[in-house]
Amino acid sequence: MGVAMSEEMLRVENLHVSVEGTSIIKGLNLTIHRGEIHVIMGRNGAGKSTLANVVMGHPAYEITQGTIHFQGQPLEELAVFERARAGMFLSFQYPAVIPGVQVGTFLKKSVASVRDDPPKGRAFRKELNGAMAELEMDKSFLSRYVNDGFSGGEKKRLEILQMLLLKPNLALLDETDSGLDIDALRIVSKGINKIAPEAGCLIITHYQRLLDHVKPHFVHAMIDGAIVKTGGPELALELEERGYDWLDVAA
Amino acid sequence: MSEEAFEAVGDYRYGFHDPENATIRFDKGLSEQVVRDISALKNEPEWMTDLRVKAYRHFEARAMPDWGNCNLLESINFENVTYFLRSSDQTEKNWDDVPDDIKNTFDRLGIPEAEQKWLGGVTAQYESEAVYHSIREDLEEQGVIFLDMDTGLKTHPELVKKFFGTVVPHSDNKFSALNTAVWSGGSFIYVPKGIHVEMPVQAYFRINAKNMGQFERTLIIADEGSSIHYVEGCTAPSYSTDSLHSAVVELIAMEGAKIRYSTVQNWSNNVYNLVTKRGVAHKNATVEWVDGNIGSKLTMKYPSVLLKGEGAHAEVISVAYAGDGQHQDAGAKVHHLAPNTTSNILSKSISKNGGRSSYRGMLQVMPKAFGCRSKVVCDALILDESSRSDTYPTMEIGNSTADLEHEASVSKVSGDQLFYLMSRGFTEEEAMGLIVNGFFEPFTRELPMEYAVELNKLLELEMEGSIG
Repeated sequence: MGVAMSEEMLRVENLHVSVEGTSIIKGLNLTIHRGEIHVIMGRNGAGKSTLANVVMGHPAYEITQGTIHFQGQPLEELAVFERARAGMFLSFQYPAVIPGVQVGTFLKKSVASVRDDPPKGRAFRKELNGAMAELEMDKSFLSRYVNDGFSGGEKKRLEILQMLLLKPNLALLDETDSGLDIDALRIVSKGINKIAPEAGCLIITHYQRLLDHVKPHFVHAMIDGAIVKTGGPELALELEERGYDWLDVAA
Repeated sequence: MSEEAFEAVGDYRYGFHDPENATIRFDKGLSEQVVRDISALKNEPEWMTDLRVKAYRHFEARAMPDWGNCNLLESINFENVTYFLRSSDQTEKNWDDVPDDIKNTFDRLGIPEAEQKWLGGVTAQYESEAVYHSIREDLEEQGVIFLDMDTGLKTHPELVKKFFGTVVPHSDNKFSALNTAVWSGGSFIYVPKGIHVEMPVQAYFRINAKNMGQFERTLIIADEGSSIHYVEGCTAPSYSTDSLHSAVVELIAMEGAKIRYSTVQNWSNNVYNLVTKRGVAHKNATVEWVDGNIGSKLTMKYPSVLLKGEGAHAEVISVAYAGDGQHQDAGAKVHHLAPNTTSNILSKSISKNGGRSSYRGMLQVMPKAFGCRSKVVCDALILDESSRSDTYPTMEIGNSTADLEHEASVSKVSGDQLFYLMSRGFTEEEAMGLIVNGFFEPFTRELPMEYAVELNKLLELEMEGSIG
């Protein structure tokens, strides 16, 4: 028996998105299956973060054309929280600060609303402790307020911690590797590799260095709101070396 | 509660009411005779009757405040208020002896349960008087006096006479005059020298009748080096007509003593809550007000502290939540009368659905009060365009050695915060609830845990069904 057709997690077809009348994504196509790691690279302003936000349902973005399906279900009907409950996760480039809300409380409530059979009491604490140990996070994190006074690296670690606990089917990671030192990058990668076999992953990045730790199946080059070239890990190296100008010509 | 009654109550979970089974009910309206009748009924000493009458005359002569929400103040009809209502002939020491319907009310409010678990003593006031009162035996043996005010006056007349009205004179304002004239119930507490009351004591105030006026009077004296934490809760049924709650609270912290007074008022939105709360802190003493205003139609309340002795400290932490049809005019006043006194004021308010919250603060440093330090922080969170928040800070600084900090902020919930929380599986209402609870957290963490949990639930309920 050959390789089974793995389950489709995300299907983006001919997507056009605009913000306040400005067109940002212009005819993007992308399909991600369970177990696949996709990387999107591109210049600032190419529309990478917009893609992640629009898939998660950010209200500021308007889909003017095209469709997005998650596990075969059209997304337009689903509110943001329903997407999260359906198994979608976005690791934010700039996670919001929620003053006065302790990380521990926040994680517990979030897990309770997202997971079908959420662990409770001791089972939750055990899972939480395990995930925090894996990400080399100190327990003192739990009593701090969500992202309040966090360093860039701490914020990203908290994002990955949430991802481990929420066990998404589709993880969108928006520049999670930006501004991380070598150690933090290693730890964040560990988190991604942990969920990757069971989920579809879309990693948005500027840098090839994350790919020293995470092995993508597909690398996409995005220019001016569309994917112009798709390849394997070697494309990431090439993009880092050559930049994007050669693709402008190709496009 | 019947379905119909529940409809009327809406979202306010304490809005149910019992049948009004009064044993004594005065006719509506106020006169010198009503004042004298209250005093006679209670069999009070002459000095108290005289004080009541004097206060009544002051109330009559005194104009309404010309600041705050004047329109709402002017709409109070003093003639349509019941000034005295006795619903039980005596104050019981055993819940089983409290009339059934009243006991059921307090059961629903969770008071007997809280008493068993974590309180050192409880007074439960229903309309004008305490229907239940008890104090732990060990505290009583240590000489701690915790009584309802009426009993306090009967059994400790000298102590009451010495301190009553010394912190809040009847002539302080129109409503302190009204309270002094018709006061009934409230708590009287004396903590002897050096005694630390470890478990909080609680008073719970419940208005049940329509157009009721509740005028409790509380006096707490912590003698040298002692400490106590007093907790107060308030609810009332939701009626379409208004009730009036006008309390006076006086705290006296002797040298080195500490009094913390925590309130979460959750009156229904037909209650005028016009309260004067003031404490005196003598040398090295501390007075702390932890003051939460969630309910009522109009609240005007500015817990204050007179720092009278060198090294005294004041702490006022307050939150206000103003929803549809509510105006929370709250704040704090601290008067630094002695050198090297310190104070912290933290005020947080949330306005939503057209609600209005105002911070009114007064910080005064007397010319000879050298080396004082004070920090004032005011944060307002406005949840929608139709709501309003105002700040009226006043500072009178009499010398140049004071070290003062003042910070104020007005913020809105950001779209980024909502999107972030919703991407973590929270509905918009749940996300709002989290943000609001987080905003009040510096206040909630000061409350006993049981109260904090209750308050968080309450705020989450307030966020429900209101986002469209």
